[in-house]
Amino acid sequence: MTTSVGCTIDKPGSTRVNKTGSWRTFKPILNKDKCVECDNCYIFCPEGSINQEYGIDYDFCKGCGICSNECPVNAIEMEIDN
Amino acid sequence: MDFPKEEFLAPGHRGCAGCGAALVVRLALKQSGKNTVVIAATGCLEVMTTPYPETAWEVPFIHVAFENAGAVASGVERALKAQGKEDVNVIAFGGDGGSVDIGLQSISGAMERGHNLTYICYDNEAYMNTGIQRSGATPWGASTTTSPSGSVSYGEDKPKKNMPMIMAAHGIPYIATASISYPEDFMQKVKKATETKGPAYIHINQPCTTGWGFEPAKTIEIGRLGVETGFWPLYEIENGEFRVTYRPTERKPVVEYLKSQKRFKHLGEDEVEKIQEYVDNQCEELGI
Amino acid sequence: MTKKVMTATAAISNAVRLAKPDVIPVYPITPMTKVAEYIADYVANGELDTEYIRVESEHSAMSAAIGASSTGVRTYTATSSQGLMYMHEVLFAAAGMRAPIVMGDANRSISSPLCIMNDQQDSITQRDAGWMQFYAKDGQEALDLTLTSFKVAENENVLLPAMVCIDGFIITHTNEIVDVPEQEDVDRFLPPYVPKYSYLDPEKPVTVGSMTDSKYYMDARYGVEVAMNKSVKVIEDAFKEFKDIFGREHDLIETYKCEDADIIFIGLGSVCSTVKVLVDEMREKGEKVGMLRVVSYRPFPSEKINEAVKNASKLAVIEKDISFGMGGALYQDLKTTVEGKEIIDFVIGLGGRDITPSTIYEVLERTKNPSKIINWIGIEEDD
Ligand SMILES: Cc1ncc(C[n+]2csc(CCOP(=O)(O)OP(=O)(O)O)c2C)c(N)n1
Ligand code: SF4
Ligand code: SF4
Ligand code: SF4
Ligand SMILES: [Mg+2]
Repeated sequence: MTTSVGCTIDKPGSTRVNKTGSWRTFKPILNKDKCVECDNCYIFCPEGSINQEYGIDYDFCKGCGICSNECPVNAIEMEIDN
Repeated sequence: MDFPKEEFLAPGHRGCAGCGAALVVRLALKQSGKNTVVIAATGCLEVMTTPYPETAWEVPFIHVAFENAGAVASGVERALKAQGKEDVNVIAFGGDGGSVDIGLQSISGAMERGHNLTYICYDNEAYMNTGIQRSGATPWGASTTTSPSGSVSYGEDKPKKNMPMIMAAHGIPYIATASISYPEDFMQKVKKATETKGPAYIHINQPCTTGWGFEPAKTIEIGRLGVETGFWPLYEIENGEFRVTYRPTERKPVVEYLKSQKRFKHLGEDEVEKIQEYVDNQCEELGI
Repeated sequence: MTKKVMTATAAISNAVRLAKPDVIPVYPITPMTKVAEYIADYVANGELDTEYIRVESEHSAMSAAIGASSTGVRTYTATSSQGLMYMHEVLFAAAGMRAPIVMGDANRSISSPLCIMNDQQDSITQRDAGWMQFYAKDGQEALDLTLTSFKVAENENVLLPAMVCIDGFIITHTNEIVDVPEQEDVDRFLPPYVPKYSYLDPEKPVTVGSMTDSKYYMDARYGVEVAMNKSVKVIEDAFKEFKDIFGREHDLIETYKCEDADIIFIGLGSVCSTVKVLVDEMREKGEKVGMLRVVSYRPFPSEKINEAVKNASKLAVIEKDISFGMGGALYQDLKTTVEGKEIIDFVIGLGGRDITPSTIYEVLERTKNPSKIINWIGIEEDD
């Protein structure tokens, strides 16, 4: 194994190789029909896993449930993820 | 609010599901943008974002040790100045331990010297990275692994150190408190801080699912309760002028906040009353 | 070149002025304070354009230096004794992060008891931090080694920080005639620092000071080992270039009458000047003695030392530091490096205790008729 000089990492955002979606027990399912586009889920996701079109990136979503909890109209359900 | 679209903290980082610290950074960097250099103290944030050979950072990032983020940031800021890159936002992140306790001297030095930088203390009220030991920012009555509640102990027996006011005593141009549950308020403050010529300090409340003992989904809800009960006031001090930036219409009883977290579960009525009194006094003092 | 009478702290400050570091975070401590003051004067008088940071501690001085160096600029600081000890944690970080910082250290004893006088315990205690360490015998050499240190530290095959040590008070506060080089010559020897690897720049974001696990940590440390070993050649090349430009000769070691010596005194720094004079005197009395001064303590010039001592039978190590119960560090290093010689250790001059000719004569006597391996000279030993 060789390391870079001073263990400098020159690949910004390279944690993306680590698909934290595998951590998930519950999976958020967003119902766009109910959504009132308040942006809560988008802005509060610690993983930045919900985009501004309210699509969820399941590669990284850890299933914390914040989005669901913060949705004012219950448009996001947490379901058991198999 | 029209939130800036770009993200500078990549997913895949090792923070717990529902980690508020990740959110602090995500929001701060959204606001400060690409033209930023980040300095971090040792703690959850650094450990979860830089597992060599991976990094979650999409802006330049440096970590040296636990107690010296203020000093490292000072060196970075001056080196950028020497290179004629004075427009770069220099943002240092430290946990409460790295800021309020072991890093206090280094922050104090940086603030007093007037470096053009923003220091953001993400306050989860204990040493989380090493397993929830108390810090100077741990509130009275909280049970931690070094201030545990027990048959003759109600947990932490000292009130929280008032770091924002210590910073205010340095006479720096911008100081603010914030909460991850109020992102517009926080990002507005980051904007002011980075636009300030000279040192700025933001102390942000960061609920921690693991250390405080609550379900990850509640991270934002609990942060909000902190503010709505007056436990965590939101204010700023701009060029010496104090201003409350958010006033709950009607303050909720602090017991609602306390009962939501395992670290306060052991508290009896007397202790809760004492905390309510403390919060009442604080709100009266600040005009909330 | 201009010849001027000045102290070593002034000589070092001149080297710093000529090297033009971009950032200098510094904190005062006796007997190195003058360096911080001279540099402040240069800045105040427009003789040096640098970001001078009046930090609140040495820990912050080194931390700010690491921050600045990692942003890709030439960085200098200076300290001594308690200040160096206070930096201890971040000295390792500087080396591990491969930040080519140059630092001056005025060798001073370590508390407790508090004492501001000279010995070399402060820097010797930092020997495992991954820094190059040079020990100068006078102000001129300190100036020359400071300039050389920047060149070597910043070399892409090295990228390690470097410490230039001088004996506190004995050298720092002594006036001597110093050749101060011309700026244009220094510019030729030491062009502006251009970082080879990534540094903090929003145009190409990198992460420095990352977290590793056991899969990578040891490799990173081995990287420091390789760089330290490579530095030997880089230092030698730099000394050659130095001679071409400035005319003065330097080497990793200095030897005096070692070729035919039976006993060789080995030490670091100013004490060797005393020994050198005594070598002549002792030789007049028929003693076959020589002197070897280790200029570069890290990297340790093992080959050169072995070559220089090959004809001797005994090595008398005189040093101003102690690893309690085990002798001094130089003694231990020589034990590891040199085979087939009788090596005897002499701990002298701690906390500035006088080193007189009779001290060195006692060392000679005890080397000729040794009763033990680790000897404390200048005190009544408890046997
Ligand atoms: C000098 C030093 N002492 C102790 C530690 C161990 N340590 C690392 S992180 C940490 C606690 C960090 O707490 P805080 O700053 O609140 O950040 P958090 O982990 O809570 O985000 C401690 C005690 C260290 N790394 N360095
Ligand atoms: S469950 Fe958590 S991680 Fe997943 S999208 Fe919702 S907020 Fe983000
Ligand atoms: S929180 Fe609910 S309503 Fe708001 S944007 Fe997300 S899904 Fe839509
Ligand atoms: S312990 Fe708390 S602060 Fe640390 S990663 Fe987990 S949630 Fe975040
Ligand atoms: Mg903490």
